[in-house]
This record gives sequence, structure tokens and C-alpha cells, in this order.
Amino acid sequence: MSESTSNPMREALQSAISENPVILFMKGTPEAPACGFSARSVAMLEALDQPFAAVNILPDPRIRQELSTLSGWPTIPQLFVDGELVGGCDIVTEMYQTGELQKLLGIEGEAPATVTPATADAAPLTVDAAPLTIDNLL
Amino acid sequence: MSVSPDELKGRIEAGIPGARADVTGDGHHFEAIIEGPAFSGLSRIAQHKLVYDVFGSELGDRIHALSLKITPTEAR
Repeated sequence: MSESTSNPMREALQSAISENPVILFMKGTPEAPACGFSARSVAMLEALDQPFAAVNILPDPRIRQELSTLSGWPTIPQLFVDGELVGGCDIVTEMYQTGELQKLLGIEGEAPATVTPATADAAPLTVDAAPLTIDNLL
Repeated sequence: MSVSPDELKGRIEAGIPGARADVTGDGHHFEAIIEGPAFSGLSRIAQHKLVYDVFGSELGDRIHALSLKITPTEAR
């Protein structure tokens, strides 16, 4: 396979993934998810009080294209922890239910609460890390 | 053109040796419950990729969403 010479989009994605310990690539934003699977993934991270960076893949189709090439994962959302792809909504849900996600994130303790999909009137997420978009990376 | 759950079921079972799938869906969003020996010993990521590889670029396009519940079974 030939390596493409310079690919700013892929480089931006790669550094976003390596610079943010927990990063979710999603459709829409944590405040306004544009897809049920993205909403559910956000809801789980919020339920764990886990700060995370979020990238909306919708504004530019190249984001998704490059992300999937990079991760080998075709669908959105995609959760990365410490630079590693954890999975999409199904895997994150399973790991949340079994407590593996909590362990991976270094969160100890209580049994997981029941997750309800994020709705429009859900409390807006406070992200400790600066909100991240691909725009401000390029 | 919409996709039928039966088509997905058939392709998963044909594409992954020994797999059994139950697929439900509305033509765009699908849920598949799959079991098979091919998944045993694989990480969750690798299990899902095995199924994603059956559909390639159709995922997210022709097949808008495919939710997976995978159970590895003992190889016989």
C-alpha cells in the first residue's frame, strides 16, 4: 500500500486522538447529538462524569472518511481512550454494563445507572478539556 | 434501495463460517444478534470488525446502522 505523502486531515485526527485521553467522534455535538447512537455514547460518558473531547464528524465528509481509514472502523460514533479505539456504541454499551468501561477509564465504584438516551433537554455537558473541533486543529 | 433483514442474515452466515444470525430492522437500521465459533478468542473490536468486513463500504451508506450483539461459541 502506498503511503499518501501529506494528509493534514489525517494528521489532525491522529494528534486529536493522541492528545486527548478520552475522545469521542460523533454525529453532532454532546449538547445536540444528531444520531441516537452518538447520543447514547455521550449519555454513558456523562453518567460516569467522564470528561471527554468530542469531534463532530458531520461538517466535513472527509473527517469521517479519514477517521475510518485510520481506525479501520466504518461506523460512527467511535470512542478512543488513551489513543486506542474502544469501539462504537454497541461495544461501549456492553462495556458500560459490565463495568469494563469504568475500569478502562479508571473510575471505581458504583454499579452503573440505567442510561437513558440524551434528549434535547438534558443538561449540557461540561467538558474539562477545551472543546475540540477539527476546524481549530487545522 | 432498501435492504432486508433476511439479506443481512444470509450474508453474515455465508461470510462468517459457522455463524448464526438473527437480524431485525426497518430497511435502514438493523440489529443483529450473532453467535459463532469464529468470534471466540477475539477482542470485541475484532469480533465486530469480522462482521463489518462482510459489508465493507455498504455500512453507513446502504446499511445506515447495524447494531451488533455478538456471542462467541465453542468451536466444534
